[in-house]
Amino acid sequence: MWAFIHKLGSPKWFYGISAKLEPWFWVAAALLIVAGTVWGLAFAPADYQQGNSFRIIYVHVPAAFLAQSIFVSMAVAGLVFMVWKIKVADMAAAVMAPLGAAMTFVSLFSGAVWGVPTWGTWWMWDARLTSMLILLFLYLGVIALRGAFTSRDSASRAASVLAMVGVINIPIIKYSVDWWYTLHQPASFTMTSRPAMPTEMWLPLLIMVLGFYSFFIALTLMRTRNEILRRESNKRWVRELVQEA
Amino acid sequence: MAFNSIAEFIAMGGHAPYVWSSWGLTLFLLVALVWHARFERRQLINSLRRRERRERAREQQNAAQAPLQTVVEGGQHDT
Repeated sequence: MWAFIHKLGSPKWFYGISAKLEPWFWVAAALLIVAGTVWGLAFAPADYQQGNSFRIIYVHVPAAFLAQSIFVSMAVAGLVFMVWKIKVADMAAAVMAPLGAAMTFVSLFSGAVWGVPTWGTWWMWDARLTSMLILLFLYLGVIALRGAFTSRDSASRAASVLAMVGVINIPIIKYSVDWWYTLHQPASFTMTSRPAMPTEMWLPLLIMVLGFYSFFIALTLMRTRNEILRRESNKRWVRELVQEA
Repeated sequence: MAFNSIAEFIAMGGHAPYVWSSWGLTLFLLVALVWHARFERRQLINSLRRRERRERAREQQNAAQAPLQTVVEGGQHDT
């Protein structure tokens, strides 16, 4: 186990193994997102109350899932970096932040747009919406903090600490719909019961969620490999690799 | 199929602006992120290769100059 962790911590080893895994996640992401898009937009039945505006769920929910999962991943990577000084973990955390910010923006935007026909307003300062907005600011803070230091090590440590502290916001987002009275409906998917939607509505949603997760993994592997090339550019194996490629 | 015609599909039962703007933004961002990662990779590889070429050229130059200098020095010694 320890040997495995140390291997995983070696940029060279990580570069090689992620190069093998990456294509599979791209293929999975492309197939699932295309299938989910076609199914969700054209084949899933319209909602009996919301009509076709309900189709926004197929981008809103996967984006919101990713927004939160990426922040947790970033905090875990930050912890791994701080405790074991594993550089690859910090590189992964660095490349995750922009995708997380993009997904948070997508969920806020699609939620606002969806709110207009269903709630009659695009924004409310309620718990779920406000905590998601805070998540967006946390992402932007992590990205800005990395750029604010001339020393890479200080930047990495500061960003890791902010991610680890900011992760407090994630349970607040999750339980905001239960703790406070909000406009936002409670979770569509739970571990304990079947979704309240018919199968032909939630199955494409599940496909989209899996597609978005595959996309996240594929993009993170690809950009972590880029980051390895950038930070390890003076290493012998990188120079040899560049000459071969 | 939840729609009877292409026109009906595009109209989304009057919710076209909401549905298409959400989907448009999402898919645009996904494609843009992939494009950016590919661009980043190409740039990195190119700049690393340029650096490698530059260094090899400098090494060759040094190698070519080194014997020349000894010849000149040797010549000076003779006189």
